[in-house]
Amino acid sequence: MTVIGRDRPGIVAGITRVLAALGANIEDSTMTRLRGTFAMTLVVEVDAEADQLEASLADAAASLGVKASVSPAVEDAGAAPGAHHVLTLHGADRTGIVAEVTALLAQVGGNITEMTTRLTGELYVLVCEVDLPPQRDSAIVATEVAQLGDRLGVSATLRPAEADVL
Amino acid sequence: MAPEVVALAEALLDTMRAHAGCVGLAANQVGADARLFVLDVGGHAKTRSYSGVVVLANPVLVEATRWEKGREGCLSVPDLTGDVKRARRVIVRGVIPGSGELRVVEADGYEAVALQHELDHVDGRLFLDRVAGAHALHQRQTYL
Ligand SMILES: [Zn+2]
Repeated sequence: MTVIGRDRPGIVAGITRVLAALGANIEDSTMTRLRGTFAMTLVVEVDAEADQLEASLADAAASLGVKASVSPAVEDAGAAPGAHHVLTLHGADRTGIVAEVTALLAQVGGNITEMTTRLTGELYVLVCEVDLPPQRDSAIVATEVAQLGDRLGVSATLRPAEADVL
Repeated sequence: MAPEVVALAEALLDTMRAHAGCVGLAANQVGADARLFVLDVGGHAKTRSYSGVVVLANPVLVEATRWEKGREGCLSVPDLTGDVKRARRVIVRGVIPGSGELRVVEADGYEAVALQHELDHVDGRLFLDRVAGAHALHQRQTYL
């Protein structure tokens, strides 16, 4: 389900109170404030159809001034194996940065698992988590990312982000 | 020191070596109630300092400097990793089971991070307790 609307205190509490009362279990979720908008995406396990759940949330959503939509979740087949990397980019804002960077990643078979962009004044910042196919030479991709950055007039870096398992 | 602590340390070393890629293990990870861990970062690609096999009871962090954020996972938390701030240079003190001698370990880089991870285990803490923020928790990739 997604919940989105003008940010204010009490959105998470108001929505999750309804979910708890329905016996719905919040599994994975991510929530963030984007400018003045608060956005939540949640995977919820509940003994109800998507439209029933959406109807149950309607009153709470209306009083909070947010829009809540529910649809059936896809079966998680698990991510394809890949080497975890982080791409960071910063520089002068212009149209098309995200499109160009993600086109390059898609072309090398990269799978984006998380991405954040922020525009502050003229400065554009992009941070993206991407899994590269195991057979892909990440040094070559890193060079291509840096070259694309040069072409776009921004600084772009791709580096491995494998966790130390201890 | 009690002989059962020596036996426990040996069991921890065996378990650690039986898991590919495992460089450290604390007693409470195998359900044993003792302030004890083993560590051996030899052969790991990221190893800088190498203190050999480290087996310490009642370990204490004496000094920690050069803090940096890095990504960490744990055998006890199979599916998640997190961004955690750790010192890249540490001094750790503890007692060697058996002889009862005091040992002081000075470590850099990966070994320093691994020592702090094990010290946390000894205190009943996981890297999850130190994650840098709400968006610093990640799904762990199975690829090694
Ligand atoms: Zn651990």
